[in-house]
Amino acid sequence: MNAMLLIDHLPVLPEVLLLLGACALMIFDLYVKDEGRGASAVFAQVVLYLCAAATLFVEFGTRSHLYLFNGLFVVDHFANLLKLVCYLAVSAALVYSRSYLHERGMLRGEFMSLLLFSLLGMMVLISAASFLTIFLGLELMSLCLYAMVALNRDSATSTEAAMKYFVLGALSSGLLLYGMSMIYGATGTLTINEVAREVARQVGSPADRTLLVFGLVFVMAGLAFKLGVVPFHMWIPDVYHGAPTPVTLIIGSGPKVAAFAMAVRLLVNALPALAPDWQQMLALLAILSIALGNITAIAQSNLKRMLAYSAIAHMGFMLLGLLSGFVGDNWNSRNDAYSASLFYMIVYAVMSVGAFGMLVYLSHAGFECENLEDMRGLNRTHPWYAFLMLIIMFSLAGIPPTAGFYAKLAVFQAAVAAGHVWLAVAAVLLSLVGAYYYLRVVKLMYFDDPVAAQRVRPQPVGRLVLSANGLVLLLVGILPQNVMAICKAAIELL
Amino acid sequence: MLLSAAIWIPIVAGVLVLVAGERNPWMRWIALAGAMLGFLVTLPLYTGFEPSSSAMQFVELRPWIERFNINYHLGIDGISLLFVLLNSFITILVVIAGWTVIETRIAQYFAAFLIMSGLLNGVFSALDAVLFYVFFEGTLIPMFIIIGIWGGPNRVYAALKFFLYTLFGSLLMLIAMLYLYNEAGGSFAILDWHKVPLSLGVQIALFFGFLFAFAVKVPMWPVHTWLPDAHTEAPTGGSVVLAAILLKLGAYGFVRFSLPILPDASRYLAFMMVALSLIAIAYIGFVTLVQTDLKRLIAYSSISHMGFVTLGFFLFNALGVEGGLVQMISHGFVSAAMFLCVGVLYDRMHTRMIADYGGVVNTMPKFATLMMLFAMANAGLPATSGFVGEFMVIMGAMKANFWIALTAATIGILGAAYTLWMYKRVIFGAVANDHVAKLGDLNYREIIVLGTLALAVLWMGVYPKPFTEVMHSSVSDLLRHVAVPKL
Repeated sequence: MNAMLLIDHLPVLPEVLLLLGACALMIFDLYVKDEGRGASAVFAQVVLYLCAAATLFVEFGTRSHLYLFNGLFVVDHFANLLKLVCYLAVSAALVYSRSYLHERGMLRGEFMSLLLFSLLGMMVLISAASFLTIFLGLELMSLCLYAMVALNRDSATSTEAAMKYFVLGALSSGLLLYGMSMIYGATGTLTINEVAREVARQVGSPADRTLLVFGLVFVMAGLAFKLGVVPFHMWIPDVYHGAPTPVTLIIGSGPKVAAFAMAVRLLVNALPALAPDWQQMLALLAILSIALGNITAIAQSNLKRMLAYSAIAHMGFMLLGLLSGFVGDNWNSRNDAYSASLFYMIVYAVMSVGAFGMLVYLSHAGFECENLEDMRGLNRTHPWYAFLMLIIMFSLAGIPPTAGFYAKLAVFQAAVAAGHVWLAVAAVLLSLVGAYYYLRVVKLMYFDDPVAAQRVRPQPVGRLVLSANGLVLLLVGILPQNVMAICKAAIELL
Repeated sequence: MLLSAAIWIPIVAGVLVLVAGERNPWMRWIALAGAMLGFLVTLPLYTGFEPSSSAMQFVELRPWIERFNINYHLGIDGISLLFVLLNSFITILVVIAGWTVIETRIAQYFAAFLIMSGLLNGVFSALDAVLFYVFFEGTLIPMFIIIGIWGGPNRVYAALKFFLYTLFGSLLMLIAMLYLYNEAGGSFAILDWHKVPLSLGVQIALFFGFLFAFAVKVPMWPVHTWLPDAHTEAPTGGSVVLAAILLKLGAYGFVRFSLPILPDASRYLAFMMVALSLIAIAYIGFVTLVQTDLKRLIAYSSISHMGFVTLGFFLFNALGVEGGLVQMISHGFVSAAMFLCVGVLYDRMHTRMIADYGGVVNTMPKFATLMMLFAMANAGLPATSGFVGEFMVIMGAMKANFWIALTAATIGILGAAYTLWMYKRVIFGAVANDHVAKLGDLNYREIIVLGTLALAVLWMGVYPKPFTEVMHSSVSDLLRHVAVPKL
């Protein structure tokens, strides 16, 4: 009986391992002295590798869908893929930020266990098959992140950012819950598959539809908050700027991937019958985000703020795919469109980790690398890092041959195929605006003279990971087929 | 495999130079070897080319991104063959010309040029639209860096302007390509697009999508303003590649995309293209006349000369199109030579102002002789390459419309005016100042570079047949495509 239960629940092995690992880390850390704090980071890494191995193991056993806990939790290729992306992002974040945190006295057990718990939240969110699990995962993830933003508790900007993040995050959770309760009221169920069935049945009658669309609006507002798209983007620049850079790095990657998963679960899985409604909303959100993000980023002199606005713009581009699935009463282009978004999201996570990782890496005791000016003359002092940053910047701008180009190509193709030619033209012209501020970073690194001698601590592991991070963008830029095929396969069986 | 070799050998050589590092004494030789090898592998393309066929030759077809049915599809016809050769040839000269002149970050300099050379070969041989786009856009990155690092005082402004202008054009082209991809039922093969039926309205919209990308690159009036800035601020090698090869991308794009894929729109809008070309020849000709900066003057004269190219293309007869292509090759030689001449002077005097020169012939007789030849070619004197192209275009115009021919021929005189006047002010007269008096004549490296170009210019002017015979069948095939409506 027990053995049966164990085998039945094998697909949640990664989550279980992570939970146990995070708890063990908290205890382990009590016995570690301050000088040996690196051991805790290694411990966290080991936990991550075990989880990754477990997810790969589960992936091999996954045919299409596996529902667990009475349909609260789902394991499919989509979930496994995004979980792996999250492990990679968190693992890279740990490598990059180790000396940064150490030098600032923030490399404590709390940071690492909070990080692991928030990762657990992301995983639950990614695998959610019910409104209840979505909310559970979301809150677990967000609460840990709020605390991490405030980790540097003596810094006024950090605490302000944490406060803002917390208040707005709570508000958005409230909106999301309100929307979910509406839909629950209309359908009488919380399980995503049953919601989808119920909504499809009711969508014909105008009275029911009003209630459903009303709920959808609130769900959308909550989603937009978490994705950070206009007009629910206000927290992004402040939080990105105020949080310690390693925390910004984390917020900019894993949680975005999880929020994307939440959008797919809520919109594509639960409310496909309302696609014409939410696609319109997404179109508005997308174009506003691309416009505001790209235009405002030009005015920033702080690199973290600039990347924050760029994040807003990128989420807008990603939405271009998500809003192109349902065309003219059929779902023919569904797989192409959603896999374009998924590909965009993964590429963006890699770019974002790389860009913030570079900032963390170039900072050292008493020097925060966070202003545009700090990149001045990097090619003179550290040509290799300048080259990596060059790849990342051109990738963010979407210039071939980098991965960012194919990400944009895929979403533009989805939009054009869905007949949104004007949306694509507008997005393309705004991405030209975006190219300007990425180019400015390249300009500072390559064309200007260094102001002061930049000093980078020798960190062999960090250097290796950062190089891999940059070069993978170039590699995927030259041979994108495999990653695209994986994304498509994950969406086909969604 | 030859085309892949022509693309990847320079790129690999560029990466090797980067890896070898700044302090490596062999990096120049690695760069030169890479450029030489890159040129050598393109020679069999010419000897093995079958001029009587209009089909793509040396085709390579491998799946690349199956998700979008994108292929690594290479091939050349009579139109693109010469550009691959020209590009690989110019790369050698650029490497030699930069041998001692570049003093900072030398490895990066050579690497940027070699990588760009490979990418440019890719543009000319790509038969898949996405592959074309990747190479087309990829060239922006090295050129941006070349202008920005080794350029003149105002280089940052010029580099940003260059990048954003050209990116603006290319992005609209990307949307046009995606639209064609969907219309063609999920194919990015350029040759497939020749057969896709399109309504006139759609064709016109797509034509403008492509027009922005190509007009900016050519550059056509009124989107030419990036060129003088980019040229003036770029290092000599950058100007040479920009004028000799990069400008050809736009004109090549017209022949490869606009004309055969959108024939009805091309004919419908031909009057506009002809008008813009004539404006470029005339208006820019006058602007050139009053320039005080040598590089700016040659940059403007490039715009004016490219006006003949676009004029030839939109006359829709064989003489016009072939004349345009010949003019492109010739301009590749002549503008490269002119910029190298200015580079020779600049390296010695560190000024580009015409007013600072005068009487150079007294101290640099060899240089004055060679520059005389190039100035004559720039002015379109018979027996130089500059004459052949312009003459063919004007003949083509005569067939199409007498008044276009008359206008083009008349304002063609401006070319002689600004070039020869510039030559007179710089070279002849009394020795202007002490700096000119101390000038030393060409060294052996400069003689090799300029002498090779002089031979090319004369050869093409006296006996253009090897250049024109390879393009005949491809051009007549192209004109057949343009003649058939695909509404």
